[in-house]
Amino acid sequence: MAAVMPAPAASRLLLSGNEAVARAVWESGCKVAAAYPGTPSTEMLEVLSTYPDIYTEWSVNEKVSLEVAIGAAFAGSRSFCCMKHVGMNVASDALMTLTLTGVIGGLVIAIADDVGLSSSQNEQDSRYWGRFAHVPVFEPSDSQEAYAMTKIAFDFSEQHQVPVLLRMTTRINHVKGLVTIGERIPHVNAEGFKKDPARWVMTPAGAGKRIPLMFERDLTLRAEAENSPLNIVDNGTDKRVGFVASGPAYMHVRESFPAAPVLKLGFSCPVPVDKIRAFAATVDRLVIVEEVEPLVEMELKAAAIDCLGKEILPRQGELAPNVLKPAIARLLGEPVPENIAAPAKVFPRPPTMCVACPHLGVYYTLAQIKNITISGDIGCYTLGAGHPWNALDTTISMGASMGIALGLDKGRGEADKDKRILAVIGDSTFLHMGMQGLLDMVYNGGNVTVLLLDNRAVGMTGGQSNPGTGRDIHGQEAPRVDFARLVESLGVKRERIHVVDPYVLPTLFKTIREEIKIPEVSVIITNQPCVLIDDYKKQKPYEVLDDKCTGCGNCVEVGCPAIHVTRREKAVKPSGKEVELQFVRIETSVCTGCSLCVQPCAPDAIVHADLTKPMRLVKH
Amino acid sequence: MSDNITNILVVGIGGQGVMTATEILAEAAIALGHDVKKTEVAGMAQRGGVVSSHLRFGPKVLSPQIMPGTADLLVAFESAEGMRWCHMLKPGGLVLMNTARLVPPVVDIGLYDYPDDPLAEIKARGFQLHAFDALAIALELGDVRLGNTVMLGAMADHLPFPPGVLLEAVLKRFRARKPQMVELNQKAFEAGRAADAAAAHKEGATA
Repeated sequence: MAAVMPAPAASRLLLSGNEAVARAVWESGCKVAAAYPGTPSTEMLEVLSTYPDIYTEWSVNEKVSLEVAIGAAFAGSRSFCCMKHVGMNVASDALMTLTLTGVIGGLVIAIADDVGLSSSQNEQDSRYWGRFAHVPVFEPSDSQEAYAMTKIAFDFSEQHQVPVLLRMTTRINHVKGLVTIGERIPHVNAEGFKKDPARWVMTPAGAGKRIPLMFERDLTLRAEAENSPLNIVDNGTDKRVGFVASGPAYMHVRESFPAAPVLKLGFSCPVPVDKIRAFAATVDRLVIVEEVEPLVEMELKAAAIDCLGKEILPRQGELAPNVLKPAIARLLGEPVPENIAAPAKVFPRPPTMCVACPHLGVYYTLAQIKNITISGDIGCYTLGAGHPWNALDTTISMGASMGIALGLDKGRGEADKDKRILAVIGDSTFLHMGMQGLLDMVYNGGNVTVLLLDNRAVGMTGGQSNPGTGRDIHGQEAPRVDFARLVESLGVKRERIHVVDPYVLPTLFKTIREEIKIPEVSVIITNQPCVLIDDYKKQKPYEVLDDKCTGCGNCVEVGCPAIHVTRREKAVKPSGKEVELQFVRIETSVCTGCSLCVQPCAPDAIVHADLTKPMRLVKH
Repeated sequence: MSDNITNILVVGIGGQGVMTATEILAEAAIALGHDVKKTEVAGMAQRGGVVSSHLRFGPKVLSPQIMPGTADLLVAFESAEGMRWCHMLKPGGLVLMNTARLVPPVVDIGLYDYPDDPLAEIKARGFQLHAFDALAIALELGDVRLGNTVMLGAMADHLPFPPGVLLEAVLKRFRARKPQMVELNQKAFEAGRAADAAAAHKEGATA
């Protein structure tokens, strides 16, 4: 990543879509760029922060990041903001009125759709925002196009005073391809912000006058799309099926059907209906290949253009050659390509929490407590829903653990009248959108125990900083939120706020047990850093004394990936009950000595490893 | 190598260096003037999940994804992962495999079994298999982190270009970042090549 920044113009580099966009944003003379981290969009801003002469920030959430970009564009400068698909749900409040004011400086918003759900809670199609907000959408098909379209988008945004959406997908953001880069051209903003309340102050009267202008702009945008060099026709020789395709699906179409005519949609909203109608006339059948929703397809059908789309292609996931080829073979009545051998059946390997993760202590403890419902949130700690803890009952959206917990409390049925409601949320998610929910909970007299897992990082996306880490995007010192004082000022009683060390299990257990009994809002803040950031200090590793391990399996319940079961045995307890014993070893080479497994070990079989002896590997 | 495109799939577990190895392989292909696309399905792989890294190179690469049944070479950093992904190979294709068995928590807590003999499963599907213990080789050279270079060395004789091109891409990276590690990595690369040759010989003897 660091190689991108100092690279001279005309270099040909292997860049991910994210790195390519970052380079193009910088070359376009952009002055302000803001984002909240979110897979697969994160690296765009991470890379941009390494370039000179551009202000970058991690914002507290996507809405704020867009608002920062809007302010800079109102001030006449070029600005950029990026987010994952669900981020735009948060930012959309600003977008839907921004479309009325428009911009002065070019404003480009890159949205990364997680097609295929590699790391998201849903799969949604951000091209809808183009239709909803009446703004143009560009869709690159690889890194080189992502680079080129970003630069075109800035010029276009300025020319038409409209924000431009760059719709990317995981298969663009995280794919590396060769990109020829250029030079930075400074953007001149001599005039600065010009006072114009009729345009910048969106009162009902003001907004009412801007709406017709937006409709007028729609016509201009459509004309631009019809003539855009981003919408091009590859003349094929096999006219039986012609394709309209965008994004990575375009590359998959070209790969699968090298002889077919293809209309490539780079500027896909507004849809260039006339251009497609003309193309349709040159082929026997028209198939629309677009990932996720049938947006272009529906608009073409509404315009009475005969085409096929989601009747023969899935609405979920990527439209790769192994999906396209059989679908088109069936359409043409040709033999469907032979099914390749099925994958071998192998255990799943879901993501795990890290060795010594401070969340392990929290979930180990929660798994011991009965008669509770746990409202969860978005982050590494969502993994608490998995084995061995099974200690998270709901996850919806960023910060939702708060409101949902309150709703579980207020809406409890007869069967739940003695249930205790807990909410689990990370530091960054709390600052993103959880604070408001907690305030609501306090204000409305909720009976919820909140676990605020402060690990001083946006862990899931790679340990980025936030206002709780005390560092800015460049790693420089920044004001740090004091979570205990923050929640107190939101109205949580001082005696209901506890800061605990998640590696000290007895205290953690006792604190949670006591607080869930008290029918008001409590906040328990854990205070140990993510093991992947520099703040984490490794301790002396442990090993298991084989002759002392009784196979009780208590340590296995911690869920640390360094603990391995090496032998299982059936045994009969004095009560006559049959149990399975699990004898364990610790992979000492990866153990960092957090001691979470030591604490529940009754026979004291886990001891500090003797590092003077050769390290024993568990599975070899 | 259909359509003059070479498809190499590198698989393993988050944190093993799969993505870096593929990146170095990509740099070698670029140095020879190929068009290159490289894509990962990693998801939340930083947390011990499955990683598969696709590398395609040739005169002009369109789709970045290798389709099932079309990989020219499968490089597995872990045994069960080699088994999981072998259907991606073209018929009779070659698997280069580190024999390490990395057991995930879902197996440790007894929800699933680790396959008894992933090597046999791969061979039963008609694929060629060169298996060796990359971790042991790395430890012998004195540093577990050399496992990555051992794996790259093992690939060197199975590429459509001379082994020296890949070695140069490996060493170039270390010259720039950790010059004191250049010599050791050269040794690890050669040890990987030798391990692959020995594994090939063994397969030839038993086939």
